[in-house]
Order: sequence, then structure tokens, then C-alpha cells
Amino acid sequence: MQWKEILIRYGELSTKGRNRHAFTGRLRDNIRYAFADLPKFKIITERDRMFIQPDDQETMDQLIKRLPNIFGIQSFSPVASCSHELEDIKQTAIKIIESLDRIDKTFKVTVKRSYKPFEMETNELQQFVGSHVLRTFQEIQVQMKKPDINLHVEVRKDAVYMMAQVIPGAGGLPIGSNGKSLLMLSGGIDSPVAGYQMLKRGVRLDAIHFYSPPYTSELSKEKVMDLAEKLSRFGASVKLHVIPFTAIQQEIQRQIPENVSMTTTRRMMLKIADLVREETGALAIITGESLGQVASQTLESLTAINAITSTPVLRPLIAFDKQDIIEIAQEIDTYEVSIRPYEDCCTIFTPASPKTKPKLEKVEFYESFKSFDEMIDEAVSEREIIVFPKKKQDKFSDLL
Amino acid sequence: MYYFDHSATTKPDKVVLETFVKVNEEFFANPASLHVMGVDSHVLLSRARKQVSDMLGTEMNKVIFTSGGTESNHFAIHGLALKLHARGKHIITSSIEHPSVLESMKQLEKQGFEVDYLAVDEKGLISVEEVKARLRKDTIIVSIMHINNELGSRQPIKRLSEVIHQNSRALFHVDAVQSFGKYPVSFTELGADVLTLSGHKFNGLKGTGIVAWQNHVSFEPIIVGGGQEFGLRSGTVPVAQAVAFAKAMRLAFEKQPQMLEKYKQWNERLRQSMSEYKEVQILSPEDAAAHILTVSVKEIKGEVLVNALQARDIIVSTSSACSSKQTKISHVIQAIGVSDSYKKGVIRISFGTSNHDQQIDYFIEQFSIIINQLKGE
Repeated sequence: MQWKEILIRYGELSTKGRNRHAFTGRLRDNIRYAFADLPKFKIITERDRMFIQPDDQETMDQLIKRLPNIFGIQSFSPVASCSHELEDIKQTAIKIIESLDRIDKTFKVTVKRSYKPFEMETNELQQFVGSHVLRTFQEIQVQMKKPDINLHVEVRKDAVYMMAQVIPGAGGLPIGSNGKSLLMLSGGIDSPVAGYQMLKRGVRLDAIHFYSPPYTSELSKEKVMDLAEKLSRFGASVKLHVIPFTAIQQEIQRQIPENVSMTTTRRMMLKIADLVREETGALAIITGESLGQVASQTLESLTAINAITSTPVLRPLIAFDKQDIIEIAQEIDTYEVSIRPYEDCCTIFTPASPKTKPKLEKVEFYESFKSFDEMIDEAVSEREIIVFPKKKQDKFSDLL
Repeated sequence: MYYFDHSATTKPDKVVLETFVKVNEEFFANPASLHVMGVDSHVLLSRARKQVSDMLGTEMNKVIFTSGGTESNHFAIHGLALKLHARGKHIITSSIEHPSVLESMKQLEKQGFEVDYLAVDEKGLISVEEVKARLRKDTIIVSIMHINNELGSRQPIKRLSEVIHQNSRALFHVDAVQSFGKYPVSFTELGADVLTLSGHKFNGLKGTGIVAWQNHVSFEPIIVGGGQEFGLRSGTVPVAQAVAFAKAMRLAFEKQPQMLEKYKQWNERLRQSMSEYKEVQILSPEDAAAHILTVSVKEIKGEVLVNALQARDIIVSTSSACSSKQTKISHVIQAIGVSDSYKKGVIRISFGTSNHDQQIDYFIEQFSIIINQLKGE
């Protein structure tokens, strides 16, 4: 049996009114971008659905395997094609049904006959296909209203097209349809998940990471790069900004009382992130904070930290339980990377008992003895920028 | 010398050797080290692992590098048995497996496992029905080789995996040492749960191999220590060997379709010429793997044939290299029931990437001279 094309349903997109065109165009571009490594294929965009037509089976298989990762797709169906021969139609129908789960399922055939010279009438063909399928698979039953399996048969001039399987897509909105934001990427379990949640809502990502050599190792940076790479697999590139943070952290150790040093550290990070955000044209900052998870994520702490900027700080995980976050992390394949045991800049200077209810006035008071602005500007201007997915060329390629 | 013993081993590809040397020179650091050089080694090792897992169709963290086919088979069988013994202690294998499998099974028998050794027919094939009949609730492992090293018989692996998975919870290990690079080998192609490969069978280095598995499989480690290779095989990972393996594997993978066409042509030509002598019996079945052709000459010792061909610059072996120095008749030849007058005269001709068309012409010509001489006596 030959798969001929893939039908894509938009879901939420089709309700977007006059903006719909921008959204479907974005989806088309994202699909092209995500499959740039495959041979070129044709995309036909219609009002409420899209067709992808690859030239060969291998590309087809790759598409079916990878499409569930693309945001903005409600579901999709591989469409098979066969000749106008009745025997061929019969066999194709049986092969399609064969590939599905049939136990206790209900079934119907829908026929569309746009090629009128075809030898059978619509109803005749419907019965022809239906009866053969039922005879072959005793376990399924006919049901006209809301069947589990709806076998669509469409007779067009060039061939007969058939589909039955509906594969769920990732849902959400096409990446880029909701602007760009800056993700604070620590290397832990939560931040990549927060990034993923926003990607799903159509937000394009830049990421920022605070790097404190020699307290944190090359491997911890490697880990964050791997996470950024994972996030770039969802159909849009991710630009990672690595901020040299050692000097600022050491200064905080010197200047700020230990039990509020954590709050100040977070405030400085947010301040730096806000500067980078402004420079890159991002609109909001995203964090993986979840209420009450650690000392810096109590409402009091969040208030004291957030006071440093008026930029919207998006916290998609604020009401998530840790276990739920872990499950998503496993689903999106970042968990294994996140649990690599390297120190990051948040864990290395952690005081024994940080304040869970820091007072904003007090924190501001301690910070007033020393201006961090110069150090912050320097850190921002000396940041390293890495774009994912990385360009192919690398020092190992000739070895493998 | 014209080399026709590729099933014993192959000559390492030049670029594989270059890779090996270059990695040793430039990326010798321990991939577990925290420093920059260690990170480089680690990244390179991961890339090699990814290349291997991509070709076999599994996840990157489902591949470990080993010292070769024997270790891989040993790890696969013992590692699974240790992990699964609480579920059952019954194992199924065939009587014509490689010694690394058969001897592992014997070890397990001593530890209280029960092993069924399936007989093969005259074509060297096990019966799918028999496997089905022998599967039990407590069967934990079925281990069957893809292509037999002495005969080239190809087991119906895809059908076996369907039968095994439909009728039991057993995991299916396939020794694909003789098949990778000659026939398509992947998890989708074969349906296996665990695959084992050896580098030196496809122009890689001796001392390199892998075990790969599908998502649902897990093992108990045999070698413990620093926890390298996901804790499954401790010991500093030899990055150069791993990268050389990945490279040899890619080259073999890319050449496989066109080489198979060649092997088929050569096999057909040799069969045709051999069939002209009534004292030569072709032991490899018609539908066996094209790169292995095992024949026997009546009332002549295999060793005599090896020497006679060698005098004419042709290298072949008597059955497998592992057993050819022993004087006893190989367990595979016993298993397919070769008649007494042919048992001792077995030679194996195995093709590889170093052969070409003219060598086949030469072989046919020289073989005919030798046979006529031996007949004349």
C-alpha cells in the first residue's frame, strides 16, 4: 500500500478570524523549517486543512514520525492512494483497516466521488467497500453515527484516495505566532518545561543562562546547551545567551548578608535578563518557578525579586506539582539531561538557611551600599551567544 | 593472496584506522572527566553512540560499546537472565548458535536455568512452529542468530519475533554479527528486542562491538565499577574504539545494498561451477546468505583443500575460525546431518568488500584444477 499525502487539521487555528492567514502561513513555514533535512515536498494550504505531498515513502514515514512534535496541528491523517480498479480499492481498504486497532470498534465508510466517469455510484461503492471490510474483519461493527473508524474514500480523476487513521498532533499554536520571549534556563528540570509550555502557545524562545566558572564546570554549560538544543527540536531555533556571572556572585557574597544573598542573586539575574530581553526585542521573560517549591519561589520572594522590573514575567508552571513537571520533562525528553549531576550557579552559593519571606525594603537597603550596574553591563556585553540547532559543520564530523 | 574468509574476520578499512589514530591523538581524554578535554571526548563518544543507534533504529541511550561479539552476546544473555530470573528461568536457543551464546547458556544451566536447544533441519533452519510450541509462561529469553557463521542459513527472524511477542513475555535476542553490512539489520527490519554486533566483521577493528536494545528492555550489569556506559559496563570507555566502530558501521551500512548484489552474483557463479562436480556437495541452502558458501568434497579432508587452495593464493577456511583448529566435526555440520563421507571435507568461502569479479573467475579456474588433480589420484 502506498501513502500518498498527509492531511493536517488545524484545530484552534481555524477559529482565528481574519488573522487565520498569518497563522496558517506560519505553520507552513514551521513545517518547512522542521523538515529542512528531508527532500523537498509540496504543501497545499486550504481554509481549514493542509495537505503535504512528499515524493517518496521514506520522506512520508519521517513526516508521520515527526509531525506530532509540531505545534499548531490538532491531528493529521496519512492518506493512501490506489488505482480505479475495484480489486485494488478493496485491497487498499483492507490494508488500511488492518493497520488500526479494531477490537470492539465501530466503523463506517464515507465515499466522495468527484470523478464522475467512475464505474460505481457513491452508495454502490460505499456498500462495496464496507461489505468487504466487514467480511474480512469480523470483530468490527457498522455504526453510522460517530463511528470509531471512519474510512474516507475519495474517487478523484488520477486515483482513489483513502484514509481512516487520525493521529493526534501536539495542539497549541504555531511557534512564532505569539512573538518572542526570553527563557531563564538554569539546567534544572523546571525551566525547559516552562520553555516548552510557552513554545506550545506559539512563543519563539531566546534562552539565558548564568555561568560561574570555575564554580560551575564546562559540563554544566554543556548540559544547558543540550537543553537548548532539545527545545530547538520543536520547530524553531533557540538562541542561548550565556552570561559570565562569577564576579557578580562573588560581589554579592561580599556585600550582602548571607540569608538574603539568594534574593539579591535572583534580582541581579532578572535585571540582566531584562537587559538582554530588551536588546533582543523579546517581549516577556519566562521562568520555571513553581509556587513554594524552594525558598526563592514563595510569594514573598517572588514579590521581592519581581520588583526589579515591570516587564511581564511569565511563569507557566506556577501552579504545577513537581511530579507533573517531571512527567512533561520526560515526555519532551529533557528530563535525562536535567538530572545530570553538575553544579549550577544557583546551587553553589546557596546559604544554609535562606529567608523564605524576604522584605523588599531590607533587600533594597543592603543592595544600596554598592552599585552593581557596571558589573551588570559588563556581564551583558561579554555574554556568549550560541544558536541551536547548531550548524552541521563541526570538528568531529570527519571522524564519524 | 585472494582472501575469501571474511566471515572469520575482515581487513580494517583504511579510513577506520585513520579515525582510530586521530581520536587517540586528539581526543584521548577520559570521557568521564569534568575538564574541557574530557567534555570533548564525551561529546565525540555521544556522537558515535547516536550514529550507531540511528542506524539500528533505537534511542541513543540504548547502546553500549563492548569488546566484540563474544562479550556482547555474553552480556546480552547473562544481563537479561540476571534481570529477569524472578519472572522465569526458561530460555530458548538453537543448537547452531555461536559458541559465545552456547557456552553462556551452559553457564546459566549450571545456575539453575533451563535451556531448550532447538534442532535445525538440513537447511540449518529452526522451525517457527517449534519455537511457538516451546514458549512457556516462564520463558524469559529467546536467543537466535540472524545468519549462521558456518552455513549462512538465514533464520526467519521477523516471523520469530512476531510469534515470540504474540505468545510470550520473553525478550528476543538476535546475534547479528554475521549479517550487519550484508543484509539490512535494524529493530524495525528484524523485530528483535536486543541486537549484538561485532566491528571486525565489517572492516572495523577487532576488540570492538556493541549491544543495542529497544526501550522496554533492561539489563543487570556483569562488569561493575565506575558506572560507565549507563552503569551497564564499567571501565574507562575506549572512545577511539567506539568512534572507529561507528565509522566502520556507517561505511558498511552505506555499501550494504550494492555489496549484497555483488555477493548474490558471485554466490550464483560459484554454485553453478561447483554443481558440475559430482564429488562436491553444496551445504549452504539455496536461500542462505549470499556472502557465505559452504561446500564439502567427498572423502577429502577440509584441511587438504585449504592447503591446496592456499598454494594457489586463495584463502578459505574449514568451517568457522573458532572451531577450525579443533579436529572434531563442527556442531553446526553435525546439526544439519551431513553424510559421513562429506563430514570432513568442509570448506567455507565467505565474501567481503575486498573481493571483486576477477577474483571469482580465478577461484573458479583454480578450484577446477584442484578437483581434477584430486580426482586423478
